[in-house]
Amino acid sequence: MALKDITLGQYFPGHTVIHRLDPRTKLIFTVAYIVALFLARQVVSYAILLVLLGVLIAVSKVGLKSILRGMKPILIIVIITGVLNLFYTAGEGEPLVSFWVFNIYAEGIWAAIFMVLRIAMLITCTFLLTYTTSPIQLTDGLERLMNPLKAIKVPVHELSMMMSIALRFIPTLIEETDKIMSAQKARGADFDTGNLMQKAKALVPLLVPLFISAFRRADELAVAMECRCYHGGEGRTRLRQLKLKGMDVAALLFALAMCVGIGVLGHFGL
Amino acid sequence: MEPIIQTEHLSHIYSAGTPFEHGALVDVDFTAYRGEYLGIIGHTGSGKSTLIQHLNGLLKPTSGRVLYEGQDIWESKERTRETRFHVGLVFQYPEYQLFEETIYKDIAFGPKNMGLDEKEIDRRVREAAQFVGLREELLDKSPFELSGGQKRRVAIAGVIAMEPSVLILDEPTAGLDPVGVEEILGNIRDYHQAKNATIIIVSHSMEEMARTVDRIVVVNDGRIPFSGAPREVFAHGDELEAMGLGVPAMTRVFHRLRAMGVDIDASVYTTEQARDAILARLGRGQTEKGAV
Repeated sequence: MALKDITLGQYFPGHTVIHRLDPRTKLIFTVAYIVALFLARQVVSYAILLVLLGVLIAVSKVGLKSILRGMKPILIIVIITGVLNLFYTAGEGEPLVSFWVFNIYAEGIWAAIFMVLRIAMLITCTFLLTYTTSPIQLTDGLERLMNPLKAIKVPVHELSMMMSIALRFIPTLIEETDKIMSAQKARGADFDTGNLMQKAKALVPLLVPLFISAFRRADELAVAMECRCYHGGEGRTRLRQLKLKGMDVAALLFALAMCVGIGVLGHFGL
Repeated sequence: MEPIIQTEHLSHIYSAGTPFEHGALVDVDFTAYRGEYLGIIGHTGSGKSTLIQHLNGLLKPTSGRVLYEGQDIWESKERTRETRFHVGLVFQYPEYQLFEETIYKDIAFGPKNMGLDEKEIDRRVREAAQFVGLREELLDKSPFELSGGQKRRVAIAGVIAMEPSVLILDEPTAGLDPVGVEEILGNIRDYHQAKNATIIIVSHSMEEMARTVDRIVVVNDGRIPFSGAPREVFAHGDELEAMGLGVPAMTRVFHRLRAMGVDIDASVYTTEQARDAILARLGRGQTEKGAV
C-alpha cells in the first residue's frame, strides 16, 4: 500500500543519544547543518557533511531504508533540479557534450551533482529531526525558541499549538485515508487505472468522507479542549520542563564549529 | 459441507523492514463453508481484522494463499477485483465511508462498479434497502441527514447490493443501542436466509456471538487456537479468559455453580438453555428425592 510508505513527520521511538537530546538542540543543529550545506562549495566540504550525516543516521538507528523510503515522494523534484542544473550551467572552455540547443559542460555536471546532493542531504537531515523527535517535543522546542517573538506580538503559543495538532493528526489522517480507501475498494472502487480524468473522479468517494471526518475530528477536539478549560498559553506551565544538558552544549558547540569550519573551507575553495 | 473461502498457511507481516515490523497473522489455516453463519472472535489487535481483509483481497498475503471457491484470488488482477464482488466486506463504523448526494446513489456505487445495467442496479438498490429496513422515500435524501444507526444501514445496504455470496461484517453492532443491535442482526439474518449466503461476523461480544452464529473461530495473537460450535468453544472457558475474551455471563454463572459442587450441565450460553438446564436439574432432584 503506497499510503503506508509516507513517513513524513513520523516519529520512530528510540533511546539513542540523538533521541535524548533536547529538541531545541536538535532544531538549532538542523538549521546549522542546512546553513553549512549552503556554505559548502566543493568536494571536501560536501564529503565532510555527508560523512557527518551518515554518522548521525547510524547513531540514531533509524535505518537507511526508512530514510530512503521517505525520499521517494520528492524524487521527481530532485531529478528535475539535477537535470536543469546539468543543462543550464554554462562553463568555460569547450562543452563536453553538445546536441541541438543543449551544451553540457564539466561545471554543469558538478553543479548537478552538488545540487542533488544538497537537496537530498537537506531533506535527510530534516527527516532525521522528525524521526528522532516526537511531535510534542518538537513543538515544545519551537515554542521555547520562538518565545522572544512574543515581545512583538507574534502568537507563538497558538502557532505552536496549531502545529502540534497538525503534526499529531498526520498519521491519523493517513490511517483514515487508508481505511476509507479499503472500504471503497471493497465496493469495487478502482483508484489505480484509467486516465487522469477518471483517476480524479475516482478520488471523490475518498475525499468526501475524509473531509467530513476531518471536520468531525476538529470539532470533537475543540470540545475536548474546552472541557479541559483550555484558554490559550497565558499562565500555562509545562509538564515537561526542557533543560539543556552537557550533551546539548557539546552538540551546539559542534554545530557552531561545523558552520565556521565549512565557511572557512569554502573560503579556501575546498 | 463445501468450503467457499479458505486460507492456506496465510501469514501477514506489517511494516516489514521498519522498527514497527510485526507479524499480524502467522501460518493461519481458515475455512468458511457455503451457507454457514460464522463468527470470528478475538480481542483488539489479535489479527481478526487483518484476516478478514485477506478474504476479499484487500491485503495481499506476505506468504500463503487465499482461495475463493478453490481458486487463488491473487491469480490475476481481474480475479482479485472479481473476488471483491463475491466477498462483500462491511468495515467497522461503515457510516464514515458514505459520500454520495443521495442514499440511492450511495447504495448504487458497488453495483455500478460491477458494470451492471440501470435496471439491474435499480432492482438491487431497492432490494438492499428493503433488507436493511430503509423506507423507499428515504432513498432520495442525503445520507448525511440520517442518524448514526440509519447511516450504518445505508452502508451495509451498499455492500448487500452487490449480492455477495459471502458477507463479512466487522463489528456491525459496535456503538449501537440494544434495539439497533437487534435490528441490524435481524437484517443480516434475513439476508443470510433469503440468499443462502455465507455470513462472517467479527465481534468481541461473546453474548452476541452465542446467540447468532453456528460456528465460532477464535483468533489470538495472529493464530487460530480453536474453533467449533459455540458450546465447544465456550468449554475452553479458562483459555478464553487468558486471552482476555471471557465467556458469556450465563456460561460463567453455570461454571461457578459446577465449581460450587452443583451437578448441572455447564455448557449453556443463552437464557433459554439456562432455563432448560435448571429445569432438568430440578426435575432430576425431584426424582432422586422421590426414590428416597
